[in-house]
Amino acid sequence: MTAMTDPARESFRLSMLIYDTRYRSFTIQAVALLGFMLFGAWLISNTITNLQTLGKPVQFGFLLEPAQYDINQRLLDYNNRDTHLRAAFIGLTNTLLVAFLGCIAATILGVFVGVLRLSKNWLVAKIMAVYVEVFRNVPVLLWIVLAMAVLIESLPSPKDFRGDNATASMSFFDSVAVTNRGVYIPEPLFSRSLGDVHLLGDSPLRMDLSLDLLAIVLVIIASIFAIKKVNARATAIQNSTGLRPTTWHVNLGIFFVPLIVLLIALGFHLGYPELKGFNFQGGTHLRNSLTALWLALSLYTAAFIAEIVRAGILAISHGQTEAAGALGLRPKRIMSLVVLPQALRVIIPPLISNYLNLTKNSSLAIAVGYMDITGTLGGITMNQTGRELESVLMLMLAYLIISLSISAVMNWYNSRVKLVER
Amino acid sequence: MSDTHSEAARAIAFVRTDMLPEQEPPATTIGFVGWLRKNLFSSVANSILTVIALLFIAYVMSGLLPWLFQSVWNAGSLNECREIMNATWGDTHGHACWGVVKERWLQLLYGFYPDHLYWRVNLAFVLTLVAMAPVLFSEQLPRKMLIVTALYPFVMPWLLWGGSIWGPIAAALGFVIGYYAYKILEPIAGSLVAIIAAVLLPVIWWFGLSGLITGALTDLMPIGIEAVQSRKFGGFMLAILLGIVAIGCSLPIGIVLALGRQSDLLLVKAICVGFIEFIRGVPLITLLFVASLLLNLFLPPGTNFDIILRVMIMMTLFAAAYMAEVIRGGLAALPKGQYEGADSLGLNYWQAQRLIIMPQALKISIPGIVSTFIGIFKDTTLVSIIGLFDVIGLSNAIRADTAWNGIYWELFAFIAFLFFIVCFSMSRYSMYLERKLQTGHN
Repeated sequence: MTAMTDPARESFRLSMLIYDTRYRSFTIQAVALLGFMLFGAWLISNTITNLQTLGKPVQFGFLLEPAQYDINQRLLDYNNRDTHLRAAFIGLTNTLLVAFLGCIAATILGVFVGVLRLSKNWLVAKIMAVYVEVFRNVPVLLWIVLAMAVLIESLPSPKDFRGDNATASMSFFDSVAVTNRGVYIPEPLFSRSLGDVHLLGDSPLRMDLSLDLLAIVLVIIASIFAIKKVNARATAIQNSTGLRPTTWHVNLGIFFVPLIVLLIALGFHLGYPELKGFNFQGGTHLRNSLTALWLALSLYTAAFIAEIVRAGILAISHGQTEAAGALGLRPKRIMSLVVLPQALRVIIPPLISNYLNLTKNSSLAIAVGYMDITGTLGGITMNQTGRELESVLMLMLAYLIISLSISAVMNWYNSRVKLVER
Repeated sequence: MSDTHSEAARAIAFVRTDMLPEQEPPATTIGFVGWLRKNLFSSVANSILTVIALLFIAYVMSGLLPWLFQSVWNAGSLNECREIMNATWGDTHGHACWGVVKERWLQLLYGFYPDHLYWRVNLAFVLTLVAMAPVLFSEQLPRKMLIVTALYPFVMPWLLWGGSIWGPIAAALGFVIGYYAYKILEPIAGSLVAIIAAVLLPVIWWFGLSGLITGALTDLMPIGIEAVQSRKFGGFMLAILLGIVAIGCSLPIGIVLALGRQSDLLLVKAICVGFIEFIRGVPLITLLFVASLLLNLFLPPGTNFDIILRVMIMMTLFAAAYMAEVIRGGLAALPKGQYEGADSLGLNYWQAQRLIIMPQALKISIPGIVSTFIGIFKDTTLVSIIGLFDVIGLSNAIRADTAWNGIYWELFAFIAFLFFIVCFSMSRYSMYLERKLQTGHN
C-alpha cells in the first residue's frame, strides 16, 4: 500500500516563462514595459539631439516675456505689455467662455429639437430630422467658417446706421446693434457700485472680481435656499394634514424682492450702445468671431444632443409609464418620478461627453480669429517665439486638465446612478 | 328548461342569422385624409403646430427656391454675376451665383493635382469602391473580389503619388515574406519562433534590403508613372484619402487598444489607458500641430517625411483611441456568460476573442464605429488649419481671390453637399448592416 503524497513540486524552468500561464503574464508585461521604455527613450533621445542641433533647448522662460500682441475679446484685463503666460491665461478664459455659452445654447436647442423629433406631428418631426441630419453630416469647421462669412458679409456696417436715411436700425427698442463688426448689447452698470476686488496681485492669473456681481449671486443663492425651506415646510404640512399650502406667490416674492431691492440699492441701470464717429460706443461688444463660433458650435452640438435626448426618452419602455399609471400616479408625477430619472441616467453620460467635444471643438476658433487658448498659446505666441514643443505641450496640458476634470464629474455621476447588477 | 328557452326566443322579434357584409371604414380614417387626420390634425395643439410648420416651410422655400433655380451659371466673377442678375431679374439679392462652382469645381475636387493626371485620381477612387464593395456587401458579391481589396493598399498610393512601380511591389513583398516565413517555420520550430520570424524578416526586408534592390531594379527597368508631389494634393480628394487611411488603420489598432484596456495584465492596461485618455483628452488640432511641427523632432535626426504621411499617422492614432472606446463599450455590453462559455469550451484567449467575443462585440458597436468613421471623415477638414489645401483651405483661397471676393453661400453649399453625401451614405449603410446582422434575439 502506497501512501498518498503530494505530487513532486515542479522545479522552475526557464521555458515556463513562456509556456506556463502562471508565469506567462509576467513575461508579457516585462516585454511590454521594456519595449515601451525603449520606445520612449528613443523618442526622447531623438528629440534632445534634434533640439540641440536646432539650438533650442527646452525652456519655459519665454512665457514671462512680454507678449506684444492684442487680444480684442476678453473677460479680464490685458494689454500687449503683459506676458505670454497672461495671454495664454486670457485665452483659456476665452475658451471656457465660449464652451460655457455653447453648452447652454446647445442643451436648450438640443432638448427642444429632440423632444419635437418625437412629436406625433409628422411635419414637425420631419423638419427636426432634416435639421439633425444636415448639421450632423457636415464638418463643424465648415459651419464655423460659414457663420463667420455670413456675419461679416451680410450684416450692415456701422455706417449704415448713420444719418436720416439709415439703411439699418437697432433692434429691441434701440438697445441692440447687430453690425458686421460685431453685436453690441446693453451692459449692466451700477451707479453706487461696491467696486472690484483684485485677486492674486500682479501674477499672470490675476483677476478682478466685481463685488456687485458677487452680491447678486449671493442673494440669489440665499433666495433659492429660502425657497427650499418654504417647500420643505409645505411638504411637512402636507404630510401631517394632507393639504398642501399654496407656496408659489411666497416663492416668487422671496426670489424677486431681495434681488430688486439689491439692484436698486446698487443703482443698477443699462448702458446702451451708441453710434459715435465710425463705430458704436458703450454696451458690451460681442465680436463676430465669438458670435460665429458660439452659433456654429451650438447648432452643431445641438444636433447630437437632440439624438441623445431622443434615444434617452425612447429607451424608457412604455411599460414603465403604464405601471406608474396603474399605481395611481398622475401624468406629471409619472414624468418627474418615473420616466425622467430613468431617462436622465441614459442621457447624461453622452451629454457630458458632448460638452467635452464642444470644448475641444472650440479650439477651431483659430479659423475665425477668436483668441482662445489655441489662438494665443498655440497661435501667436508659438509663431512669435518659435517655441513649438513647449507651446504644444502646454496647450495639450490645458485641454487635458479640462477634459479630465469633466470626465471625473462624469465618472462620479455614473457611479452614483449605476444600476447594481450581479 | 327548454320550454323557457324557446319562450324567450319567441319573445325576441328578430334574430339575425347571417353576417352583415364588412363595411368600409369611415372615409376620414383611411387613405390620405385619414393619414392627415392622424399625423397632422389629431388635436387642436397639433393643428396649430402643423400650421406653424407649414408657414416655416413656406418661408424657407420662398427664399430657397428662387435662390436655387433663378441662378447664374455662366460668370467669371461675382461682379459679372451681379450684372447678369440685375439685367435678368432687376436685383442682386436672393439669386445664387453658381459661376464660382462651375469655374472652380475641378480645383475643389482635385486640389492642385496636375490636370492631365486626373484619370489616376479617378481610377484610384473607382478602385476604392471596388475594394470596399466585397467587404461592405459580403453576401451579394463573390469572395474573389477580395484580391482587389488585398492589392488596394499598394496600388492606391502608387496611383496617387506615382513614381517607380518597384516601391509598392517591394512593400507588398514584405507581407508575402512574412506569410511564408510563418507557414514554413511553424511546423518545424513551433508557433512562437514562427511569429517572431514572421515579424522580423519583413522588417529586415523593408528597412534593410528592399531599398537596395528597388534601387537596382529601377536602374535596370525604370517602369513607373509620373511622380506627383504631396503639396499638389488637395481638395475633396485629400479628405477622402485621409479619411480612408484613418478609417482603415484605426479599426485594427482600436481593437488591439480595446483588448489591452480590458486586459488583466496591469502594465499593458496602464499603457493602453494612458494612450487612449491622452488622445481623447486633447483636441485633434493640437495633434495636427504635432504632425506639422513636432513629429520630425521625435524621429532620428535627418528624417524628413511627407506632411500628408505625418497627418495620416496622427489622424490614425486619434481615430484609434476613439475606436478603442467604442469597441470597449461593445465588449462591456456582452453578457459575462459569453466569456465563461468560451472558457468552458477550452478556447484560449485569442480563439475566444476571434470566434466568440469579437464578432458579437463588433456587432453591438456598429453604430458607434460608424459614427466614429463619420466623425473622422469630417475632421479631415481640420488639416486646412495647418496649411494643407483641402476643401475649406481652398474655399478660403477662392474667397480671397478678387474675382470672387464676397461669395460664400454657393461655395459652402457645394462643399457641404459633398460631405453630406458621403457621411449620410455611411450612416445609412450602418443601418443596413444593423438590420442584416439582426438575429432577432439579443
